[in-house]
Amino acid sequence: MTLFNLGAREAGHYAEPVTLADLVEQGEARSVVLESGDEVAALKPYLNRLELVVLRFPIFRDGRGFTQARELREYLHFGGEIRVEGHVLPDQADFLKRCGVDSVVLPEGSDVRPWERQLKRYSVSFQRSVLPEKVLDVGTRVAR
Amino acid sequence: MTTAIGQYQYDQVDRDFLAARIEEFSEQVARRLDGALTEDEFKPLRLMNGLYLQLHAYMLRVAVPYGTLNAAQVRAFADVARRYDRGYGHFTTRQNIQFNWIRLEDTPDILRLLADVDMHALQTSGNCIRNVTSDEFAGAAADELVDPRVHAEILRQWSTLHPEFTFLPRKFKIAISGSPNDRVAARFHDIGVIARPGDDGRVVFQIFVGGGLGRTPIVGQELYDSVPEERLLATLEAIIRVYNAHGRRDNIYKARIKILVQALGVAAYRNEVEAELAQMDIARYRLSPEMVASIEARFAAPDLQAPEGAAAVLAEQRAQNMVFDRWVRSNTHAHRSEGHIIAVVSLKPPGEIPGDVTADQLDRLAGLSERFAYGELRTTHLQNVVFGHVRQDQLYDLWRGLVDVGLGAPNVGLIGDIVACPGLDYCALANARSIPIAQKLGARFADMTLQEQIGALQINISGCINACGHHHAGHIGLLGVDKRGEEFFQMTLGGRADDQATVGKILGPALPEDDTVDAIARIVDRYLQERSGQESFLETLKRVGEAPFKEAAYDTV
Repeated sequence: MTLFNLGAREAGHYAEPVTLADLVEQGEARSVVLESGDEVAALKPYLNRLELVVLRFPIFRDGRGFTQARELREYLHFGGEIRVEGHVLPDQADFLKRCGVDSVVLPEGSDVRPWERQLKRYSVSFQRSVLPEKVLDVGTRVAR
Repeated sequence: MTTAIGQYQYDQVDRDFLAARIEEFSEQVARRLDGALTEDEFKPLRLMNGLYLQLHAYMLRVAVPYGTLNAAQVRAFADVARRYDRGYGHFTTRQNIQFNWIRLEDTPDILRLLADVDMHALQTSGNCIRNVTSDEFAGAAADELVDPRVHAEILRQWSTLHPEFTFLPRKFKIAISGSPNDRVAARFHDIGVIARPGDDGRVVFQIFVGGGLGRTPIVGQELYDSVPEERLLATLEAIIRVYNAHGRRDNIYKARIKILVQALGVAAYRNEVEAELAQMDIARYRLSPEMVASIEARFAAPDLQAPEGAAAVLAEQRAQNMVFDRWVRSNTHAHRSEGHIIAVVSLKPPGEIPGDVTADQLDRLAGLSERFAYGELRTTHLQNVVFGHVRQDQLYDLWRGLVDVGLGAPNVGLIGDIVACPGLDYCALANARSIPIAQKLGARFADMTLQEQIGALQINISGCINACGHHHAGHIGLLGVDKRGEEFFQMTLGGRADDQATVGKILGPALPEDDTVDAIARIVDRYLQERSGQESFLETLKRVGEAPFKEAAYDTV
């Protein structure tokens, strides 16, 4: 497996993440993996300890992970690493990054160039994201 | 290119963005061809670029944001139709245009040709926020309270490549109007927005949620009566976030927001939205007056100067020419400015395909718009075209120009103004052909005097239960069904898409194509017998109920 960093944060090394159910039972783990149907709000009691939240995409078309990431950053102010694993496409790199995801788990030997290209593709976006992007003076535009 | 009237003027940033988006799509096509993307992975990506794989070829659906076009854009459509299609295009019920005979390998070139006139095919399909539709009389109608196009443009930009909402459970359609007379079918959209002036001089928005047609037709419900402008984007984000997190993904027929709103109830949905808003960093979503002003500044307004006596000239010309007079009665709408009028071009000549235009007609429409309408054209969700600002003393010349290219049908809002999906002639999903029965109905009621006598009567035809022809919203709706290999049509009566939005009721068993045409003719005859005074078809139906029409429809002698 290859870890690809979407932004400045280097993917860290953590103990094997536990499921949400195990986290609720033990409460001690520092990394957790959420399925796309899991409620992010359930992590609230454990946020102080958590260093890594892994969001699992069952298929790239299932966009719930984007909302999960955004809720983690915007609602819960989670400052640790958000990582995505499962079926995602390089075409989604920028969306993931702008929703607050730091890193993506790719199959070993994956070509990371499409991921790199996608992150550099656009010089503006047309809505605010969780990133500190500069607001421009036309409509809802932000600089990238 | 001159500054466009009635639409947002692109700058270099917008053009660079579009070029980058086309580059992205070209790379996706290349990755599909070299196998890096599977067909299952490529499909949603090409759909977000408006590219469908249909029965015989690819179809490219080009966005017409809030239905506004300039002459150069219309000429570009003619160019695409000639060079890459079979010489025509098709206006859709969401104000877009489709080209039905496209080759995959041509699409990057077509997209570049369109980008040269600031057009694109972004988000005209796929499970994302689709092209935003609006009132075809925006900025011109006498009954309008707020010109909705500025906010429509803001919504277009805000929804473009939205990082969180590009992989929703299902497609998501937003319409916005600024008139109390709903011409956008706000209550049949995932989100319908009606703008009006608020007490503080800023705009406020009434928001409907969970409407839609398709397999499960549902009239949208009011979520909020008056959302302040500053909270518009925050509110839409909250609504869609709830949907993205909780909308069903296990069954595409139950994945639209309407199903979630029905499951929760509108009050509970509102509570969910409030819970999101309470946690959101509201300042980040604020739509400030400065942001609105910066978009508004990109819209050029027409200098509406009509000569003294323009109205008298029109009255005189109407008195002298009965054919013109009839066209004015059916195909125009009151303008807010004295001496002006709104003209609707029917793309439903009797016996022709609803919404189709040839390349030559497109070129002519572009030329007429430059001569008579400030170089601006609008498309309607009823598949017609509008000239928004016409001087009354020039209307006759405009009409002559339209008649010259076969676009003078005086049937807007009448029985010949049929809405139909492409049907089995093009579409991979259809059960029946929509176009031949539309043509037969158009021919059956070709007599324009008869059409005017019948009055307001909207027929909508869908070739399958996905309801792209909006049959549930037609005064008379037709749904194509397949019965052991033969095309049958199920009739509904009483649908409407305006501020009294109603889903039509099924009349009885489906009939074969020709029998359906005969049944409709008998329904219309019965209406003419039953109506009292100037009653419209819907008013008569409401008063006498469906029984007489059912009797007439199935009376096969």
